[in-house]
Amino acid sequence: MKFVDFVCFEAIVPELTARDRDAVIAELVSALDKAKRLKRGKCDEIIDAVIKRENEASTGIGKGVALPHVKHAGVKDVVAAVGKSSVGVDFSALDKQPVYCVILLVSPVDNPDRHLQAMESIFRHLQHEKFRKFLRQSSTAAQIEDLLREVDENPSLL
Amino acid sequence: MGKTVCETTVQIRNADGLHMRPAMQFVDTANRFECDITVSNGENRVDGKSIMQISMLAATCGTSLKIKAEGQDAEKAIIALQELVELKHFDEPTPGDQEKL
Repeated sequence: MKFVDFVCFEAIVPELTARDRDAVIAELVSALDKAKRLKRGKCDEIIDAVIKRENEASTGIGKGVALPHVKHAGVKDVVAAVGKSSVGVDFSALDKQPVYCVILLVSPVDNPDRHLQAMESIFRHLQHEKFRKFLRQSSTAAQIEDLLREVDENPSLL
Repeated sequence: MGKTVCETTVQIRNADGLHMRPAMQFVDTANRFECDITVSNGENRVDGKSIMQISMLAATCGTSLKIKAEGQDAEKAIIALQELVELKHFDEPTPGDQEKL
């Protein structure tokens, strides 16, 4: 799967205003809601569900990245928002370091395989230090969108 | 003393596949051992101790994975990982369980 297949470019937040984990999750889910990618009236429910999942085990996988996610009936297909924080957010990450890039994923409940494919695509890129660096350096939504489109088209850049 | 190499093939049987939580359980188990552990889905061979790399396998329910361990405690590692995937199913339901409900 490519980033363009599931990343909602209208829900890229280049500088998160939220400073703590739960508020960051709320900000990104709200961005998806604003972009009309969630079923009507499901925004708060999804925020709570993502936080609940995050409380079970942190998705802060280290190296400044977190991937909060949940399977929820409030979406028709896998959709992701991308947020960045230049000050860093505490996600209780595995390496105990602050998180600077957050990719929030909401997947439908009845299609676990599609959820896995989206995660595969995120991890495939995130494991490259260059990609993480580029992502962290991108300071506008347009730059982030360009980066994601570019690695989709030309994975060998990394 | 020669290096012990152990290999096995396991099948993912929990309905949701190797998503992040099971992937973390796999990596946690793998990291309890000294030996090097790699996992292959036929296309890619990845480090069994890295959450990013294990998640990259995107192993859906029904996928077969080849686990290879190299080192002194390779045999123990293979037994523990096989138990996690095929006996415990990462403590998650399998499609068969759901039909019974």
